Amino acid sequence: MSLLQIDNLCKRFGGVVAVDECSLSVEPGSITGLIGPNGSGKTTVFNLVTGFIPKDKGTVTFKSQLIDRMGPDRIYALGIGRTFQLARIFPRLTALENMLVPVRRKGLRALFSGAGWSSEKARAMEMLEFLEISHVAGKLGGALSYGQRKLLELGAVMMAEPDLVLLDEPAGGVNPALLDRISAHIRKLNARGITFLIVEHNMGFVMNLCTDVIVLHRGRPIASGKPDVVRADPAVLDAYLGA
Amino acid sequence: MRNLPRLRLIQGAGVVAVFAVALAVPALAPDPATTNIAVFTMMYIGLATAWNIMGGYTGYISLGHAGFFGFGAYALGLLLTHLKIAGGYEPFLLVPVAGLLTAVLALGIGWFALRTRAATFVIVTIAFMFMLQLLAENLVGLTGGGAGLSFPSPTWSGDFFNTPYYYAMFLLAAVGLGASWLIRNSKFGLGLLAIRDDEDKALAVGVPTGAFKLTAFVISATLVGMIGGVYGYYVTYIYPQFVVDPLIGISMVLMVFLGGLGTLSGPVLGALILEPSQLWLAYNYGASKLYLVFYAAVFLIVILLLPRGIIPSALELLERWRTRSGPAAPAPAAPSTPSTPVKAVTP
Repeated sequence: MSLLQIDNLCKRFGGVVAVDECSLSVEPGSITGLIGPNGSGKTTVFNLVTGFIPKDKGTVTFKSQLIDRMGPDRIYALGIGRTFQLARIFPRLTALENMLVPVRRKGLRALFSGAGWSSEKARAMEMLEFLEISHVAGKLGGALSYGQRKLLELGAVMMAEPDLVLLDEPAGGVNPALLDRISAHIRKLNARGITFLIVEHNMGFVMNLCTDVIVLHRGRPIASGKPDVVRADPAVLDAYLGA
Repeated sequence: MRNLPRLRLIQGAGVVAVFAVALAVPALAPDPATTNIAVFTMMYIGLATAWNIMGGYTGYISLGHAGFFGFGAYALGLLLTHLKIAGGYEPFLLVPVAGLLTAVLALGIGWFALRTRAATFVIVTIAFMFMLQLLAENLVGLTGGGAGLSFPSPTWSGDFFNTPYYYAMFLLAAVGLGASWLIRNSKFGLGLLAIRDDEDKALAVGVPTGAFKLTAFVISATLVGMIGGVYGYYVTYIYPQFVVDPLIGISMVLMVFLGGLGTLSGPVLGALILEPSQLWLAYNYGASKLYLVFYAAVFLIVILLLPRGIIPSALELLERWRTRSGPAAPAPAAPSTPSTPVKAVTP
């Protein structure tokens, strides 16, 4: 059974059809790439799945539960984390505080009590060490480099132990050395059981990292499968080259 | 790091000393003119601290908190009138009830107002405040309208008269500071600060922003309502235009901006600077509106020179000085793969 199942999803912005009868699925344990030319609806799909914008039509099912009418915080609590196209962190909080913001616990007592606070801090430090940015734990988010922000954003998403992580252009604006590090971190996290759905324009990154690839064009999937198969698909070449 | 326990000890001792001095004010300076200044200063410490829980932590600037201040005053006044409670200590026991009624009102107003953001939120809160002022003026049968509402007068002697009010304000300010400290050091407080920085991002990491903002709004308004109740009892006669006064709302905001938005001690410092200055101007230059010129000057200085307020700017200066005068910071250790498993992601 798929971890994430999208069926006949539609979204229009005025006269523009951003997502058009889109149906796709993400298998548990996979690293799935969601690719397509600019304006093909990739980020809109992310925003629909994570509840940031309401759908016009269709369904989104996560772990056999309908989530298409839920808000982003509830969807996060169910186990879907996401990052943004441009790394978004909390600039006036320290890197460590950024890691502690994510909320997956319920109830006012959990929010106000100090119980579990120190163990959460320890987990946050472990994650910062894993991402090799523990030396900036006390620095304000706004003072970090772009690469550090990218890693911090990924780390903060991981804090609530999500089952599925949606990464929006993780390779965007980062140097090749950092790109290799991000790739390695994603692989390690995936080996621990986390499923990834990645929107990316860097084809080298996608083809090397992803186990499955889905190609969107004009808001609907035109091809899906293993990277090598998708790369050779004439429909994909048409969409990218405009033939 | 070795200095951390010593720093905490100094901080703790400082807090105890400040509280001890605050407790001793009526004994140290018992003349009514001074204790009157002390009552109003303590009142604004409480108001600014309460406002900061919403405005400072979440970044949602409410200019309508004077509405809750006035509502609390009317709530207590009406309770005392209808329950026929005489002046003395008993009215203080009903202050939490006035706070509870203010909380119910804030829940309703917050439910609507917090659907907006930024400048729209500011305007909506101002609109609600003027609606409350108009209601106080027009519901003559209930509030007395423009003729005002009277509170029972206690029979304390002139020299002692201000002291119970001072301690009531002190208690409310201490409750406000305690709540503010508790919130700042909790996951809830971290969520509020995250909302201030980037609300959509906060939603994306699971912060239930709507519930968090509303909770902070209600806590803040409740404290302001209780302080309004004590104020009404202190002045013994309240009028809509003076108790639901936009200048009260602006004062608490300005105090927080001056001291340091989103800090624990900033609102206290701001109130300690501005309120005695305002009363000094009033005592020396009559009941003119000269203090408004003073407020405008302070506001300009804050915006131009101290946009983050005194406390954050001072801390930044201190940090710069420490960095310059201290030994060179060690270079960050080369990143390495941790030997310990990452519990956060262990399936």
